[in-house]
Amino acid sequence: MMRPLLLLPEMLLVVGALTALLGGSFVPRHQQWMIRVLTAGVLLAVIVTAAIGMAGPARTAFDDSYTVDTATGVARILASAATLLVLMLAADEIAGTARESETCALLLFGAAGTVLLAGADDLLVLAAGFLLATIPLYGLIGLVFTARGAEAAMKTYLMGALFGILLLTGVTIMSGLTGSTGYAELTNALVDVPPAAVTGAAVALVAGLMFKAGGVPGHFWVPDAAQGGNATAATFLTTVPKIGAMVAVYRLVGILPDAVPWPALIATVAVASMTLGNLAAYWQADPRRLLGWSTVSQVGFVLVPVVVAGNSDLALPSLLVYLTAYTATNIAAFAVTAALPERRDLGDYQGMAMQRPWLAAALVVALLGLVGTPPTGVFVGKLTTATAAWDGGHGWLAVVVFINTLLSLFYYLRWIVPTYRQPPRDVSAQGETRSRRQWAPLTAVTAAALSLAAGLAGGVVWTVVSGP
Amino acid sequence: MIIFLPLVAGLILAVLPRLSDRIARWAWVAVTAVDLALIVGLWLRYDTPAPGGLAFEEQAAWIPGVNSSYHLGVDGLSLPLVAMTAVIFLACAVYALRNRHRPRGQAALFLFLQSVSLGLFIAADLILFFVFFDLSIVGMYFVIAGWGHGDPGRSAMKFFLYTFLGSLALLVGFIGLYVAADPHTFDMPALAAATPLAGRPLAGGLVLAAILIGLAVKTPTVPFHTWLPPAHTDAPAVGSAVLAGVLLKMGTYGFVRIAMPMLPQSWRAWAWVIILVGVVSVLYGALVALAQTNIKRMIAYTSVNHMGYIVLAVGVAGLVATDTAQARTIAVTGAVTQMVSHGLITAALFLLTGVLRDRAASYDMREYGGLAATAPSFAALFAVGAFASLGLPAFTGFIAEFQIFTGSVAAAPATAVAILGILITAALFLRALQRVFTGDTQGHSVGFTDLHPAEVWSVGPLLLLSLLLGVLPRPLLDVIEPAAASVVDLVGR
Repeated sequence: MMRPLLLLPEMLLVVGALTALLGGSFVPRHQQWMIRVLTAGVLLAVIVTAAIGMAGPARTAFDDSYTVDTATGVARILASAATLLVLMLAADEIAGTARESETCALLLFGAAGTVLLAGADDLLVLAAGFLLATIPLYGLIGLVFTARGAEAAMKTYLMGALFGILLLTGVTIMSGLTGSTGYAELTNALVDVPPAAVTGAAVALVAGLMFKAGGVPGHFWVPDAAQGGNATAATFLTTVPKIGAMVAVYRLVGILPDAVPWPALIATVAVASMTLGNLAAYWQADPRRLLGWSTVSQVGFVLVPVVVAGNSDLALPSLLVYLTAYTATNIAAFAVTAALPERRDLGDYQGMAMQRPWLAAALVVALLGLVGTPPTGVFVGKLTTATAAWDGGHGWLAVVVFINTLLSLFYYLRWIVPTYRQPPRDVSAQGETRSRRQWAPLTAVTAAALSLAAGLAGGVVWTVVSGP
Repeated sequence: MIIFLPLVAGLILAVLPRLSDRIARWAWVAVTAVDLALIVGLWLRYDTPAPGGLAFEEQAAWIPGVNSSYHLGVDGLSLPLVAMTAVIFLACAVYALRNRHRPRGQAALFLFLQSVSLGLFIAADLILFFVFFDLSIVGMYFVIAGWGHGDPGRSAMKFFLYTFLGSLALLVGFIGLYVAADPHTFDMPALAAATPLAGRPLAGGLVLAAILIGLAVKTPTVPFHTWLPPAHTDAPAVGSAVLAGVLLKMGTYGFVRIAMPMLPQSWRAWAWVIILVGVVSVLYGALVALAQTNIKRMIAYTSVNHMGYIVLAVGVAGLVATDTAQARTIAVTGAVTQMVSHGLITAALFLLTGVLRDRAASYDMREYGGLAATAPSFAALFAVGAFASLGLPAFTGFIAEFQIFTGSVAAAPATAVAILGILITAALFLRALQRVFTGDTQGHSVGFTDLHPAEVWSVGPLLLLSLLLGVLPRPLLDVIEPAAASVVDLVGR
């Protein structure tokens, strides 16, 4: 069955992106705010339609190549809401610049790609979603004309090309082995295929998706891009693509037969991501680079419930809860850096709490949230993912999660500590903060509040992501 | 209501712009006084609930997916601690009336801490307990880092990392309990009734180990105590009072509330290890305290010693034999009494050392001498506090330690070695009194201003309460004893 209307949110995103791109060419530069308003409208419409879509039962569209179920619905809402927050944060940076409408278009394309990844029920759709989600990132990162920005864009491009080819190789092997690309047929067909070949293809596919998520082994571009790109790009690419990639990994492991040791594979990737991300983040002095590495470690935590997919009822809800909480919390942390663009060293944050108490509060909520301190949303996420892991028979993974949580505390505290110190004597040097950015602090506080709300109303979030 | 009143007041204080410092200080006192009044009202209406049950129970769904709910209630173990918490926070609020250093932020932070501490003691859900446990660490971190002296950043960091490690171990243990329970739940009464992991000694032992490490770090017992002395030395006086008086009790309260009822078999199997840790803490804490010249550090180490008595007593409760049920109940009653007693007395002592810091900026006992001549009321209160702390009869400390030893020695005679701890504590307090207060007036003692009214009115009531409950312990013991008996029953299953 085709059922094209099921894909209304995706269509809205793509049509919105095209409109923004074309419309931007015809609108004078000082009126390009209209494009931003249009983009925000599109995102709101997507959230509404996706919410309506979630009320219905799980269905598939385009001959079973695309699933619309709770996970897709949550991914749609999360990706749009996150993009909306990024757009809000971007207002300071892009308003009135030459790249305003292009940024809007790229954001919408990226969001469309991540949603497509999340709903993909067919390897070819997966590949299309991967490309749609990846290519706008190159543009976003390259929007700043600095040496670092160019290096980051180049690095991302090369890594993207490499892992894109890996992913396509995986798709080719799978379809070559079974003669089909749909998940439903693959599930049945893969049982009769040599496990070694399937494992090889699965490794390639997971590696490709890890590039998108920014986890080991496809993580090298994340810190550079977070540091080199502008705040808009950094926030977007460390948040939104993960949503789609994680749900895609979850769906992908569902088709693998038991003969393939995929739990061990995912567990290895998860442990490597969280450990490497934490250890690398510890030495960073640039707050955005630190956050970049921290997102690598967060990918590891999000992967934990995927290990027990199918073994524990808690797996999918805890994955979605974690993603929801992570999205809000991570945006809050990046928005703080966006609000203080001239502070590019952890030491520059000294005394920030005195000058900007609200922003400092948002920063503390965000960073402690990323650690997983209650009552923020990530705490609920960490708790439920660890519980799911133990429930699914991987108790050791829960212990690793908590050891890594402790490791992560070290570097988040390195940032919080100076924030609450007395400000340095030469306050005049901080005078440039007077040229205040308006939107980024607002975004930071909003996202931090959302992150807190996700924890306090953990039950509501849980009910929503558990589906009908 | 009782929990959230301080929190809401704290938020209002933090958010309202341009509030004068004076109003902030008095508002803090008012809120803590109202909260204490509410708790006294609660105590008057309290009836001992059935064994395993809770009074004033409230329950609301929170995360139904993992069977975690917002479940509150008090019983004989928690009610005394709740009341003690409110008393200590009120004393701190009064003491801080003289504070000139960012009083508004301090008031807001302490009100937040009060909410968290009260919440922890009445939580009846493991996750709720953990939430409050973790938030208390965060709150105390900011107290030390923001208002401390010396090298507060480093001490606060050490405190945070250590206790955070403990809290994560605790969470691992909680998840272990959840997974083992059938049906899966985080509800404390349900878990205590079900005793998951009974009959699985290895898994039970591991889960108990995780929970014990978490609680032992917070208590703290040897060998997890190293964060305590620097944290106390560099914390402000009110911070130390709350840290020693309230936060340390979270660890020992966890023993009687979580570890003993939910993992009785493992507790019995490991009782000797716990007793050993308790005895070592008693002796080690006392001996190290004896070697200190910094008076605040010395009191910090006596906390390790006093907490050791509690660990010893709860460990003894695991030595199940048919003829010692009575003795074990006495030991557990003593342990809970000791928690209250130590909270009151040590909070008073820490507030008093804050006076030393305020006047002369030094905790070094060698720099004082003959202080009784220039500051008689300070000397008198400190002497009372010191005698109360070393367990002189007529104070709560005596009642508690007497019960602990009566129960412990009857159940396990070998534990009598811990009585040495009392001897050493007595020696060190007398020595401290002698060094600081007697002899020729010299060093910082010259020109030392005696206590201000705010200081008298914060420390005095704490010691008075300790004296009052030491002379008339019945109202307190009547609440604790049934609960202690039911804990001993639960461990005996």
